[in-house]
Amino acid sequence: MAERLPVVLVTGFLGSGKTTLLSRLLRLPELGETAVIVNELGEVGIDHHLLRRVDERTVLLGNGCLCCTLRGDLADELRDLLSRRTRGEIPPFRRVLVETTGLADPAPVLNTLLAEPVVKHHFEPGAVIATVDALNGSRQLDREPETLKQVVVADRLVVTKTDVAERGAVNELAERLRGLNPAADLLEASFGEADPALLLAPGSLDPRHLRLPEEPEHSDVHPFVLFLDRPVDWIGFGIWLTMLLGSRGADVLRVKGLLDVGAPGPVILNAVQHVVHPPEHLDTWPDEDHRSRIVFIARGIEREAVERSLEAFAMS
Amino acid sequence: MCALCGVLLTSHWAERESGRRERVFRVRLLNRVLAHFGLELGDWSGRVYVLRDRKGKAVVVGDLGALWTAAEALAGRPLDPLDPELVAALRGG
Repeated sequence: MAERLPVVLVTGFLGSGKTTLLSRLLRLPELGETAVIVNELGEVGIDHHLLRRVDERTVLLGNGCLCCTLRGDLADELRDLLSRRTRGEIPPFRRVLVETTGLADPAPVLNTLLAEPVVKHHFEPGAVIATVDALNGSRQLDREPETLKQVVVADRLVVTKTDVAERGAVNELAERLRGLNPAADLLEASFGEADPALLLAPGSLDPRHLRLPEEPEHSDVHPFVLFLDRPVDWIGFGIWLTMLLGSRGADVLRVKGLLDVGAPGPVILNAVQHVVHPPEHLDTWPDEDHRSRIVFIARGIEREAVERSLEAFAMS
Repeated sequence: MCALCGVLLTSHWAERESGRRERVFRVRLLNRVLAHFGLELGDWSGRVYVLRDRKGKAVVVGDLGALWTAAEALAGRPLDPLDPELVAALRGG
């Protein structure tokens, strides 16, 4: 099978600077051969030869689960891009950037990439990038559930408008974002300037970055990290995680980690509610620390209960 | 991939790269869990699972994703892996 093309998702609340970031990125030579799909043609015009606009259209599946909806608009557009590329009507492209609306839930986009019968054979999820405005981000986190969801799902968090915000406010927001999603890399960008290599690279989940703040966020959504000293049985883990997501998936907003299954390298885990990326078995560990490390971002679920249950299912 | 909509998919993430031995081990482990809820799982030709309750009611499920939805319906209650009684039973067994 041909190599799957990564689909990078740029998300963020209204006015948080995602279009500015996107338009800056697309001017860089290393971002050549990129197709772009947007929901809105924003105030900052993006001049790009492979720009497509879609109207968000979700297809609710029979079980009524929101994160498991398919984005029909995105699937149609991706299939059309492939067909037109094959017919030679558009130049070849090596990746796709999707800019969502400020109110969009990233989970159905990821589900579409992993579950839509045609799309999943040609595309795969790339990094999820969320922009958070240094001036308004904190207030949006308090008031807008969409912002919280975008922050929790992101692999990269980009604090924007740092040139106009006070340094203290930027640092405070950065600390809050680290506390909400310790699995994400945190970057700053003024006027949309951000290092594309850092933005688009796969996440490392370096254990040194998985330290949580001493005073957790005053919210029912909170992250915790499990470090496990013994290998985990992969079959038991699969049973445990599918059962956990089956019963508590709506409250398990994110699971991301590296798992020691007794092989030379770890297994990479990545789940957003019920949407689970196919686990990837690595040949070697990315760093010296070979302990399993799993970040959970959950609502109303305690670390101790998760640890005890996981041990009973997969480590006894 | 969706844990709830597993039947729509051809290969569940938790069951990829596994052969006959792994499947037998998986069914054994699942039965330790399901017994707590009065359910029993059988393997049908290594392709699908058959889930039964104590009254003999049975459903066929394709993979792990579909299993938990079917098991909840058959047991008539949520199947929560964090349930302290289940965790204690697994540790004791």
